[in-house]
Amino acid sequence: MSLTIGLEENPWARAWRRLRRRKGAMVALFVVVFLIAVAVFAPLVAPYDPTLTSFTQVRKPPTWAHWFGTDEVGRDVLSRVIWGARASLSAGLVSVGIAVGAGVPLGLLAGYAGGWVDTVLSRIVDAMLAIPFLILAITLSAFLGPSLSNAMIAIGVTATPVFIRLTRGQTLGAKVEDYVEAARAVGNPHWRIALRHLLPNIVPPLLVQASLAIAGAIIAEAALSFLGLGQQPPAPSWGSMLNSAQRFLAQAPWMAFWPGFAIFFAVLSFNLLGDGLRDALDPRHK
Amino acid sequence: MTALLDVQGLVKHFPVKSGAFGRVSAHVRAVDGVDFHVNEGETLAIVGESGCGKSTVGRLALRLIEPTAGRVMFEGDNLLALDSDQMRARRRRLQVIFQDPYASLNPRMTVGAMLGEPLWLHRLVGNEQQRNQRVAELLELVGLRPDHVRRYPHEFSGGQRQRIAIARALAVEPRLIVADEPVSALDVSIQAQVINLMKQLQQRFGLAYIFISHDLAVVKHIADRIAVMYLGKIVETATADELFRNPRHPYTRALLSAVPLPDPTVVRERALLEGDIPSAINPPPGCHFNTRCPFARDSCRRDPPALVDDGTGHATACPWWPELPAAAALLEGRGTQEDRSRLDRLQAAFVSAQEAT
Repeated sequence: MSLTIGLEENPWARAWRRLRRRKGAMVALFVVVFLIAVAVFAPLVAPYDPTLTSFTQVRKPPTWAHWFGTDEVGRDVLSRVIWGARASLSAGLVSVGIAVGAGVPLGLLAGYAGGWVDTVLSRIVDAMLAIPFLILAITLSAFLGPSLSNAMIAIGVTATPVFIRLTRGQTLGAKVEDYVEAARAVGNPHWRIALRHLLPNIVPPLLVQASLAIAGAIIAEAALSFLGLGQQPPAPSWGSMLNSAQRFLAQAPWMAFWPGFAIFFAVLSFNLLGDGLRDALDPRHK
Repeated sequence: MTALLDVQGLVKHFPVKSGAFGRVSAHVRAVDGVDFHVNEGETLAIVGESGCGKSTVGRLALRLIEPTAGRVMFEGDNLLALDSDQMRARRRRLQVIFQDPYASLNPRMTVGAMLGEPLWLHRLVGNEQQRNQRVAELLELVGLRPDHVRRYPHEFSGGQRQRIAIARALAVEPRLIVADEPVSALDVSIQAQVINLMKQLQQRFGLAYIFISHDLAVVKHIADRIAVMYLGKIVETATADELFRNPRHPYTRALLSAVPLPDPTVVRERALLEGDIPSAINPPPGCHFNTRCPFARDSCRRDPPALVDDGTGHATACPWWPELPAAAALLEGRGTQEDRSRLDRLQAAFVSAQEAT
């Protein structure tokens, strides 16, 4: 929007400047970038083919040849964790992207327009939220057919109602503020009030929710993979590795440890980054 | 002379919903048939207790909320007949200043973006350079520095924020500004500065104000004419001087007697107004004021009084006012030295503020 140029520092440059001052967020950003880089360059960094089995190397503990050990059919765990980052991170990012992309506009519409639009949308949201998250995701992905991309769509659609409800609630709270009425009095069209005056004021809780949802989506993908509805074997994802490791927890804990550690790190980093972004985007924060 | 703004029969009933299905069980009659006009360049003050509907009248006149009934003629057009695009274009001509400058400025917009927005929306500037220049001009006009453009609202004091709100209203060069309690959130010395600024701007640009307030001392300083509201109706209108000198309606008299005195040793008859303002959901029949009026008689509880102009522009919605005790007797002590001292204090603050700017 041309209006923002010139009179104010580019808001993204400003947010970036403020984000850089936050150590926790910067570490988290580094980890996220690192994980994404690993996922993107998986063919280059993975020491082995993640699907290559070896019956002489079944469930071996970590060695110099296999840093993270091997799994129940002799595949290199490190390579599978690296390749698994692709499935898990894209499951997290894409499905939350779908949920935010659909949920925020619909929530904004419901909250701002009110009336029957709000009633219809809210009842649909209520109905969807009445079904447990995983059950709905499983049903949807079973309906769409087993594949990673269908799993992402299923998780995204399942996570959408939370974003609709959250955005709607925040919008309801913000739209009665005087500055919204002032925006109307100045002659702003409705779409501009919603996008330029309301949306920036309700971003912080949405960011936090999104960062939590990424974590939830990674875990949901794991559950779907376990049921054969997510990443298709033998291709790895952190969730499917964790699930197959369950049976060998006593004999080969490294099979569970590394993908679990990767999930933990990814989730923690997304959360910290979300927190940092929320603060950096708030002009009132010093 | 036709008035800049002419409001007739303005009514706003807010539905009260109850029960699981949101059935409308009652209506809050916030504004219940109001007529008034504002001439070019004049200040009409609307005064009354909180809950009397004065802020609602302001919002209705701006069509920020849709009236239940009535007509709002502005510059010869009925605002209520305009479609939403026409109305948005017309917003250039009538603007608003809100009470709470902490709430009325978007916390996530810089001052520059806030002042630039109306210019851009109404195509008042051709390019960025012109816009920046105009924004700087506006800031100077309200006594702020042009280099404040990059700042966010939280970096300013209450008085400065209200100046920003005034600059935003001025950006589009309006003819009428509705000021809804513009100084009641500020402290007294700042009130004087802001009121002075508003007066200066009025003279300079020939603005008309609808000044909504409960503070009679402030109103006396700025208003040309005053409309007194009670429970959704106007009970008395007159020029400011006339109203303060010669209040007729019992409610107006009670309001004037309620202006606080700074001198605690002065004892004044304050028993004029008892009880709370009745609910606007179910206002008393007849004259709305009859439940609290010391002079109420049977007919007051039955017949709603009309707002009758005596031919001089002084209109009163009380048919019995000529029979009431003289205002001077009621308002004993009013108009004397001690009553004036708050006004004097304000005036002194105005003068010093004026000298400072």
